[in-house]
Amino acid sequence: MFREGEYRIPSGCAISGFINKDGHRVDGSAIVKSIALMHERSNGLGGGFAAYGIYPEYKDYYALHLLFEDKESRNQVEELIKDNFYIEVEDRIPSRNVKSIGKAPMLWRYFVTPRLSKIEEAQDTEENFMTELVMRINASVSGAYVISSGKNMGAFKGVGYPEDIGEFYRLDEYKAYSWIAHGRFPTNTPGWWGGAHPFTLLDWSVVHNGEVSSYGANRRFLEMYNYKITLQTDTEVIAYAIDLLVHHHKLPLELAAKVLAAPFWQEIDRLPAQERELCTRLRVVYGSLLLNGPFSIIVGFNGGIMALNDRLKLRPLAAACYKSTLYVASEEAAIREICPDVEKLWYPKGGEPVIGRLEEEAQCRLSA
Amino acid sequence: MSTFSLKTSEFSVIRDENKCIKCLACVRQCGFDCHQYDEENDSLYTIDANCVNCQRCVYICPADALKIYENPKPMRSNNYWSANDLKNIYKQAETGGVLLTGMGNDKAFPGYFDRLVLNASQVTNPSIDPLREPMEIRTYLGRRTEPIALQKQKEKDKTQTPIVPIETPIMFAGISYGAISHQAFEALARAAKEFGTMFNTGEGGLPKDLYQYGDNAIVQVASGRFGVHSDYLNVGRIIEIKIGQGAKPGIGGHLPGEKITEEISTTRMIPEGTDALSPAPHHDIYSIEDLRQLIFTLKEATRYEKPISVKISAVHNVAAIASGIARAGADIIAVDGFRGGTGAAPLMIRDHVGIPIELAIAAIDQRLRDEGIRNSVTLVAAGGFRCSADVVKAIALGADAVYIGTAALIALGCHLCQKCYTGKCSWGIATQDPYKTRRLNPELGAERLYNLLRGWSHEIKEMLGGMGINSIESLKGNRLHLRGVGLNEVELNLLGVKHAGEAI
Repeated sequence: MFREGEYRIPSGCAISGFINKDGHRVDGSAIVKSIALMHERSNGLGGGFAAYGIYPEYKDYYALHLLFEDKESRNQVEELIKDNFYIEVEDRIPSRNVKSIGKAPMLWRYFVTPRLSKIEEAQDTEENFMTELVMRINASVSGAYVISSGKNMGAFKGVGYPEDIGEFYRLDEYKAYSWIAHGRFPTNTPGWWGGAHPFTLLDWSVVHNGEVSSYGANRRFLEMYNYKITLQTDTEVIAYAIDLLVHHHKLPLELAAKVLAAPFWQEIDRLPAQERELCTRLRVVYGSLLLNGPFSIIVGFNGGIMALNDRLKLRPLAAACYKSTLYVASEEAAIREICPDVEKLWYPKGGEPVIGRLEEEAQCRLSA
Repeated sequence: MSTFSLKTSEFSVIRDENKCIKCLACVRQCGFDCHQYDEENDSLYTIDANCVNCQRCVYICPADALKIYENPKPMRSNNYWSANDLKNIYKQAETGGVLLTGMGNDKAFPGYFDRLVLNASQVTNPSIDPLREPMEIRTYLGRRTEPIALQKQKEKDKTQTPIVPIETPIMFAGISYGAISHQAFEALARAAKEFGTMFNTGEGGLPKDLYQYGDNAIVQVASGRFGVHSDYLNVGRIIEIKIGQGAKPGIGGHLPGEKITEEISTTRMIPEGTDALSPAPHHDIYSIEDLRQLIFTLKEATRYEKPISVKISAVHNVAAIASGIARAGADIIAVDGFRGGTGAAPLMIRDHVGIPIELAIAAIDQRLRDEGIRNSVTLVAAGGFRCSADVVKAIALGADAVYIGTAALIALGCHLCQKCYTGKCSWGIATQDPYKTRRLNPELGAERLYNLLRGWSHEIKEMLGGMGINSIESLKGNRLHLRGVGLNEVELNLLGVKHAGEAI
């Protein structure tokens, strides 16, 4: 059997997420409850979470969550890390024993800042330097995998039902202003913790339900921009696509959504001239990043979340508001489970992004 | 020296005397004087040696009295020397000339399209029904603006040529007025306009009365510069510099003086009755930097309002050449494979020079991606597309759109007799004889071409839907939807596809 990353595994999935736009931080029990309700949508072969705002005391450091299959890979990575970073803190990621979860790999986290001299040597921006290093570890150190690498955020994932993974990682002990979660139903038996979702790149984290039929086109387009595709999953490609559009090409998230789930030509043709020209250009330039086939995704980033459906809405996605909290999930019930008194609930149209951002005041408070 | 000919008839024309009503339609319609009428005896007879098996008489006969059979090979069977080889040697022994032919390479080279298969969705991913959901095959031609430019939409880059939409990724290939009749030419123009795609003028200019189709015209500038003037450049939507042609890479063209009628002489801007000779190279392009100058000369001359395409034939180093063309400022690269058609080409060149289009597409697409410039140009592939599945496979390999030439002429009635260079075409396509050209009604011809585009476009949509794709751009370069059958490792690597049976 090949390991995940060496071949492609189609999966069905459950996704859920919420953000407290006022910056209020809550522990992980709510998100676990929400994703657990959709137990039937996963099959125990993958679950994971991403949380934002969990490390306020180390918010200026990149939090590297790492998975090692053996001591050797850890030594190799630590050497790389010591070469390129100052390590503020390193420890094992706290975990509990959970019966239903099999043998876990070694899970470590490091709070680091990159060495200036190394960034200068690479003649690149700090973020690109980080991206490059994360990709290098994933692509070249066998047995090691970077689960997440953003600031003041972290991803927690593994093989098992998501509620058990939540228990394993002691998510009830973390407090975050936004949480996203994933339960996986792969058609194969991957059995590798790195293959579970969310997939992350620096701040970005993506959970995804669906199978992207444009994968080959998306992938080859991203490879042109030096992204190293190591996992063969749609989620990885989606994360890189968003990174390219928003981080490198400076598109607002709303326009990036119009690239990933582009409006149909028949809609574009009816738009007023200026908008029509913009949408046409987006489609012509970024046609290869259009995500085709069924998907619903939740994208987490520092200060917000975005949920998006494919343009035909071939996968379920519900959204709801309660006070200053925005909920999104595969099923309405998963929202009502943790927020019985929703004020407004709707099913976003295909291609229509649902974006929730921290209010300005909360943003300032959290970054102060 | 010898007084008798060793050439034998390739075909026998059999007339059923019981059925024949002596209407003499066959005598009038045959472009090759195969059917003869003896007035004295009131009898019909055939000169089999003249028959090219174009099937015109068979179709036209109201009594269904004619059949054409291929004669047995006039030699003992031989696995090395074919009957064709002998025929050609006899012919050359008699004439000392260069063997000429028309249409595309008909040799039994391996066809990669026939050894590639497509994917479809099952369970994990729903297929999409094109009858229920929008299925988009609109394609844009031209240079895609560098992404960063989206930021400053207001400052318009004056050297940015516009992009041109086509409603299906299929265009008509360059076939010149002169090589084909005005009627056939007009049918292509009309169909392109009605369907919302492009036709290509080829190298023979654009007759004034067809300027109304300018918005759907790709106007060619070839080494002979026939019919190239300011109005011509400005009336077209796209300008194409023709460097080479898949059927005859590395050589020029020759339209015999007999074909240069008054109208053609006006359009081509050459004297009536003179041979129209296209030199092998452009005499102002001896290197890539010269090409750049011509590209920008044409852009300047048209105030950067026309995208510039550069058409080359698929040769061994095609990927590097294409990359050079992209860097020289072309907005579109058109590549023509060795199955591409022609009105006239030396047989040896047509059948033995150039490479298959499938490999050329794969190599160019990959090279441009490796260099990070794939997104800045449109890649148009040409050369032997027989059906919509060929088109889908070409796009999955990395082409943006395709040209069809031979298929379009077949839609107009062509039967691939490969005698275009004689100017005798019985179907009124590759001839300038008014008696024959009026057999082709441009309006009805356009309808047939429109139907062909419609049928192929529908089939493309069905195939896309089956793959779970609802927009053609998600197929472009998406080689995961292709699998090879019976291809070796090298071929699979060059095409960038896995073998059938291998998972994703």
